[in-house]
Amino acid sequence: MEAETDVVLEVNDLQTHFFTRLGIVKAVDGVSFNVRKGETLGIVGESGCGKTMTARSLLRLVPKPSGRIVNGQILLKGEDLLQKSEKEMRSIRGRRISMIMQDPQTSLNPLFTIGNQLREALGQEYKETSKNMAQRAIDALQSVNVAAPERRIHDYPFQMSGGMKQRVVGAIAMSCEPDILIADEPTTALDVTIQLQYLRLLKEIQANTGLAIIFITHDFGVVARMCDRVAVMYAGRIVEQGPVREIFDHPSHPYTEALIASVPKLEEQVDWLYSIEGQPPLLMNLPEGCRFAPRCPAARDRCTAEYPSTYSIGDSHTADCWRMDPAW
Amino acid sequence: MVIQASEPLVRVDNLKKYFRVTKGLVLMKTVGYVQAVDDISFTIEEGETFGLVGESGCGKTTTSKLLLRIETPTDGQIRVDGEDIQAFKGENLKEYRTKVGAVFQDPWSSLSPRMRVRDIVAEPLVVNRNMSRADVQSRVAEVLEQVGLHSQQADNYPHEFSGGQRQRIAVASALAPQPKLIILDEPVSALDVSIRAQVMNLLKELQQQYNVAFLLIAHNLATVRYMAHRTAVMYLGEIVEQGETESLFKDPLHPYTKALFSAALPSHPDLIREDIVLAGEVPSPLNPPSGCRFHTRCPFAMEKCSTEVPEYKQVDSDHGVSCFLY
Repeated sequence: MEAETDVVLEVNDLQTHFFTRLGIVKAVDGVSFNVRKGETLGIVGESGCGKTMTARSLLRLVPKPSGRIVNGQILLKGEDLLQKSEKEMRSIRGRRISMIMQDPQTSLNPLFTIGNQLREALGQEYKETSKNMAQRAIDALQSVNVAAPERRIHDYPFQMSGGMKQRVVGAIAMSCEPDILIADEPTTALDVTIQLQYLRLLKEIQANTGLAIIFITHDFGVVARMCDRVAVMYAGRIVEQGPVREIFDHPSHPYTEALIASVPKLEEQVDWLYSIEGQPPLLMNLPEGCRFAPRCPAARDRCTAEYPSTYSIGDSHTADCWRMDPAW
Repeated sequence: MVIQASEPLVRVDNLKKYFRVTKGLVLMKTVGYVQAVDDISFTIEEGETFGLVGESGCGKTTTSKLLLRIETPTDGQIRVDGEDIQAFKGENLKEYRTKVGAVFQDPWSSLSPRMRVRDIVAEPLVVNRNMSRADVQSRVAEVLEQVGLHSQQADNYPHEFSGGQRQRIAVASALAPQPKLIILDEPVSALDVSIRAQVMNLLKELQQQYNVAFLLIAHNLATVRYMAHRTAVMYLGEIVEQGETESLFKDPLHPYTKALFSAALPSHPDLIREDIVLAGEVPSPLNPPSGCRFHTRCPFAMEKCSTEVPEYKQVDSDHGVSCFLY
């Protein structure tokens, strides 16, 4: 039972669809996962596979009016977020679940100082004198290793470098001590040496606070560096999920296998990279059976006819692939 | 003029590019210079891939612009096929432009949305070569097939293609005038992971077939290791280390190269290295640090590093470094 109570967030069969004039776009189509306290779950996939929409669904920030969460459950410590009113959601966003976006330039308001923006975020949680609030803002900056925070809180975003701005975004996200942090490609816009500093900072904060992190990325390197568990998404569904070493050592879905094989390695010289032919399908007209079947080298008739069930391979490692079926 | 067999395709000697920083609208007083590229030298052989790595603002892109003759160097010389490219004018310049092509990072902004693929690919031929219409058309069809597209797709517009296909169109356009050198400025970083391998493999294949040289600019070290024969590492406008890709990756010498490698993301959770974690950020190229430019962040900095500039030393037949440690 111990492990059960550790689960901070549980998502069951989440479906987010977009209703457009041309048809229904199934951006998220039956996604289930959970995250435990102090754990980092990586959601990996290519652009358009639904990873960002999954994250936005968790915060109920799906673009309206075309987008709608049509099915599923999002249980934050046992409470279903899909049953909450909009007012209740407002007190959850930023306070219990916060999010860091890819581009710090667009997530900060260029017209306000960062101290101002930090105080706004802190004001959600704390109602204190303005002197105390200023001190809290300085502390928040300090916690993300910004040098000379007393001076920095008077800066505008344009006066800071990209890495520094992303730290400020991190400080805002962490200001109300949330249970879960959703990081949507937070380091893609940063340089390598700055990226490493940022990833280490997130790890450090996590070790100190027991924060659960959902890390959305397309980069298996970030996964290897950061995550405890990985969920691989393809065309709106999680096709494989498991502990990070399991996924790297025994990728079981052909897509995961191909994706890992197609990334050039820093540690060794390769003559020829494996490449996946074709492109991901449009989410509008999804193929009948397995969505990867048209690009899959191992595909058989059954794959195009019917979506595979989820097979369990070892400890908490699952894959949606007919190859796992004994009758294959 | 006899070109010796040993003369490389591209020879860059002591190249410098300073951008003037001015203050005031009318008088434009010069308040300083951004030393974007400061005294770099390298060579590229025919049919070779030369990789340039470094963080943003280190001068990689300025170097490529100088080679493309979009910018004029402050000092130094670029020789292609033994000829100084600054001396080119008129017909010679057009000739030079057919010799050197470019593929940029983002195929969404580098292809004109109002032109058909046929015209995009044909543009370098029409502008720089006097070819008959029929010849242009047949060449367009030919290169489109070479990059793995169908010649029937020539009538489509760029928006009808996916990212990987657009980058193939950009490659086709660069390849059309049969250049000797193509500058690849982050050619795959805007593409999806599963598409990157396709484009990288295509580039390698084309190089083998047509013996074209590449100047590859990238920040992803694994990409450079896969593609490049020789690699140079840039920091704040200077080349701090260059050499054979294999020897550079197996045995990085300069502390900055080492730091870059340990900051690069591992390909497996058991391969996390991080022996060196750099503090701080890249200083401004407007006022670069004295002595060795890296000394402010270097974990091995000695006293003389802040006062003297380390000379570039050859440590191996094809591996050199600018650092007092060697």
